[in-house]
Amino acid sequence: MGVVQTPLFGSAAEVGERLSEVGYLADPATATTVFLADRLGKPLLVEGPAGVGKTELAKAVAAVTGSGLVRLQCYEGIDEARALYEWDYRKQLLRLQVDRDAGETGWDVERGHIFSEEFLLARPLLEAIRRTEPTVLLVDETDKADVEVEGLLLEVLSDFQVTIPELGTVAAQRRPFVVLTSNATRELTEALKRRCLYLHLDYPEADRERAIVLERVPEIGEQLAEQLVRTVRALRAMELKKAPSIAESIDWARTLVTLGLDTLDAEAVRTTLGVVLKHASDAARATTELKLS
Amino acid sequence: MSLLDTLEGFTGALREAGVPAGTSEVLDATRVLGAIDLLDRPQLRAGLAAALVKRPVHRPTFDLLFDLWWPTAVGDPLELTQRRDDESGDEAGEPGEPDLDALRDELRQLLLTGDDEALRRFARLAVAELGHAGAQPGRQSWFTYRVLRALSPETLIASMLDALLAGEPRGGLAEQVARQRLQERIAALRAHVEAEVRRRVAEERDRDQVARSALPPLADQVDFLRAQREELAAMRRTVHPLARRLASRLAARRRLGREGRLDVRRTVRASLGTGGVPVETHHRPRRVHKPELVVFCDVSGSVAGFAHFTLMLTAALREQFSRVRAFAFIDTCDEVTRLFGPGADLADSVRRLAREADLVAYDGHSDYGNALRVLVERFPDAVGPKTSLLVLGDARTNYRDPGLALLKGLVDRSRHAYWLNPEPRREWGSGDSMAYRYGEVIEMVECRNVAQLTDFVGRLLPV
Repeated sequence: MGVVQTPLFGSAAEVGERLSEVGYLADPATATTVFLADRLGKPLLVEGPAGVGKTELAKAVAAVTGSGLVRLQCYEGIDEARALYEWDYRKQLLRLQVDRDAGETGWDVERGHIFSEEFLLARPLLEAIRRTEPTVLLVDETDKADVEVEGLLLEVLSDFQVTIPELGTVAAQRRPFVVLTSNATRELTEALKRRCLYLHLDYPEADRERAIVLERVPEIGEQLAEQLVRTVRALRAMELKKAPSIAESIDWARTLVTLGLDTLDAEAVRTTLGVVLKHASDAARATTELKLS
Repeated sequence: MSLLDTLEGFTGALREAGVPAGTSEVLDATRVLGAIDLLDRPQLRAGLAAALVKRPVHRPTFDLLFDLWWPTAVGDPLELTQRRDDESGDEAGEPGEPDLDALRDELRQLLLTGDDEALRRFARLAVAELGHAGAQPGRQSWFTYRVLRALSPETLIASMLDALLAGEPRGGLAEQVARQRLQERIAALRAHVEAEVRRRVAEERDRDQVARSALPPLADQVDFLRAQREELAAMRRTVHPLARRLASRLAARRRLGREGRLDVRRTVRASLGTGGVPVETHHRPRRVHKPELVVFCDVSGSVAGFAHFTLMLTAALREQFSRVRAFAFIDTCDEVTRLFGPGADLADSVRRLAREADLVAYDGHSDYGNALRVLVERFPDAVGPKTSLLVLGDARTNYRDPGLALLKGLVDRSRHAYWLNPEPRREWGSGDSMAYRYGEVIEMVECRNVAQLTDFVGRLLPV
C-alpha cells in the first residue's frame, strides 16, 4: 500500500457504536467488515438489493470519522473523462489563442503551458487520491458502469495512485476509505472483486429493522413499529416482483404517522399498500395472501 | 492443529465445494485472523466471509463449512452437563429419560420470544438429549429427524397462534402475519438442529466426509427435475433479478457495437463548444432487430417445474422480443400467451395455467405427436420466418407417435429453433426418450439447471 496511517477505528465493536451515534444501526457483520476494510486498507464492496442502506453506510462512515465524502456515481457509458480526469480543452484552446496573439508560440512553450495542473479537471477518483484530509470515496452503483471502467478502477483501488501521461503518477498522500456499491444487475469482474473485501447487505433481522424504523421515525411508537416490521417480513416471504426493503418500511412508517393511524389492521394495510409495493400485480397478490379484503 | 492449518484445511474444503477462494483471498483471510478478536465467533465468521466469499450463492456453503471447521463447542453442551449434575444430586444414578414436555414448553417460549441465540442453545441441548441413536460401529449415530420428530414444533403452532393473537379474530391479516413469523422461527430451529447434528457427526467421524455429504448444490446448479417444492419456489423468486441481469448484459453487448449512422444535428451542436471544430462526433443508436419468440412447452408432471421457470423467464424478458407467444401441452395443446401478458403476476399465471388451459384430452400423459398436430392445425400462423422457436420438454413420448415430420416442418419454417431438455445428456435416448431422434431435426440443448438456462438464454437474445 505504501501509505502508513493510523486506523480510523479501534475495534469492530467501536465501529458499531460510532455508526449508531449518527443513526446508522449496523449489524455485527457489517461493523466487522467495515473495521477490517479500514485495518487491511482494502476497498469495501457492498452488494445487495436496492434500499437496504448501502450508500448510507458510506455516508455514515464519512460522518463518524469526520472525512470528506467524494462520490462517483456510475451510469451506463461513464468513461475515464468522467471518472478520473480530463484536460479542459476549451481552456486550452483559449490559452493557445491568447499565446498566439501575444506572439508566444512554439511547441515547447505550449506544452509547458497547456499540460499543467491549471488545465486539469480532476474527477472524483483523482480528487479522492489528491486530497490530504481524511476521505471516504464512494463508487456508487458500480454495476451500472461498463466493464472497461472497472479496469480503470483497478489501479486506483489496489495502489491508490493515478497515472497521467503528461504529468506523471499521482500517489495518494493519505489512503481514502473506499466503498463500492452494487445492486448486482451484473456480475462484477473477478479482478475487481479480488481487490475488495465483500459484504452482502441483506434485509435485516426483525429486531434490527424495528430499531431502524424507530430511529428514523420515532413518532411511530414501539408497538406499531413491531406490527409494521412483522407485516413487511410476511410480504418479503411471498413471490413478489419487487420485495419491500428498509427504505419502503421507513416510508410506510412515515405514511402511517402522517395519517395518524395507531394500529396496522387489514383496513390500514389495504389503504397504504401502494407505499410498500410498487407493482399492481404484487399488491393484488398481497391482498389475497394476507386476506385483506 | 494450529490456526493457519485450520484455515488452510477450511479454504481447501471451500475450493473443493466450488467456492473460488484464490491465493489473494486466502492471504486476506490470514490478515483478517491477525486483525480481529478470535474469541468472538460471529466476528470471525463475518471477517472470513468478507475475505473469502464474493458471491452470495456461495454463502450457504461457507456457513456450513465454517461450522465444521470452527465448531461452537466440543462434546455435550455445557448446560446439559450442568443439568445432569443437578439431577444426579437428588436422584442419583444414570441420567434418566429426557423430560419431553419440559423441552417442548421451553421450545414454545423460545419460538414466541424470538431470541435467536437462545434458540441455538436450545437446539444444541435438544440434539444432545434426543438426537442420539445408540452407537453402532461404523454407522452414523446422530439424526436430525429424531430431534424434530420428538419436538414436532408444527404441533405447537395452534397454541402459539392463540398466544400471539391474544384474542384477535382468526382468519385475517393478524393470523397470516403471525403464521409467517412462526414458520420463520421453526425454519431457524431446523437449521440450528441440522448444524448441530453435523457438528456431532463430524466429531465422531471424518470431517471432510461430512462436509462432502452435507453440502447442498449451489442454488443455480439445482436440477430442475430433482428440485423440491421449496427449491422451485426459491428459483421462481429469482426470475425477475435474473431477467434484469440478462437484459443489462445484453444492453452492454449492444453498446459495444453502438456506432450507428452519424447524427449530424447533434454533432454540429456539440462542435460549437470547440469553435466549430467537430472534436466529438455523435451517432444515432442502431436499430435493434427483435425476433418473435414462440415457446412450446410440455407442462406434464415431472417437467412442469422446468417449464414453469422457463415460461416465467421468457415472459419477464418480454421487452427483448417483438412478441412472445406461449403454447403449453400435455396430450393436447393450447395457447397460454394471455396468462403471461404485461403486468401479470407470473407465479400466479403458472398456477392458473393447469386450470384454465385446455391441455388434456385423453389420459394426461405427454403426447408429443398429438400436441404438435394440434399446434400446427389450430395455430397455423404461430411459426413463421421471423420466429425463434423454443421447445421445452424431456422428449419422453410414452412410446407414442413422436410427430417428427410435423416438428421438422415447424423447424424449417422458423428462423431459429432449439429444444431445451432438462434431462441429463446421459439419459437421452434411454427408454421412451426420443431425444436423439428429435435431435436429428432440431438442435437439442441440455438445460438441467438455472445456470445452463441462463447461459442459453443469454446466447439466444438478439444483439
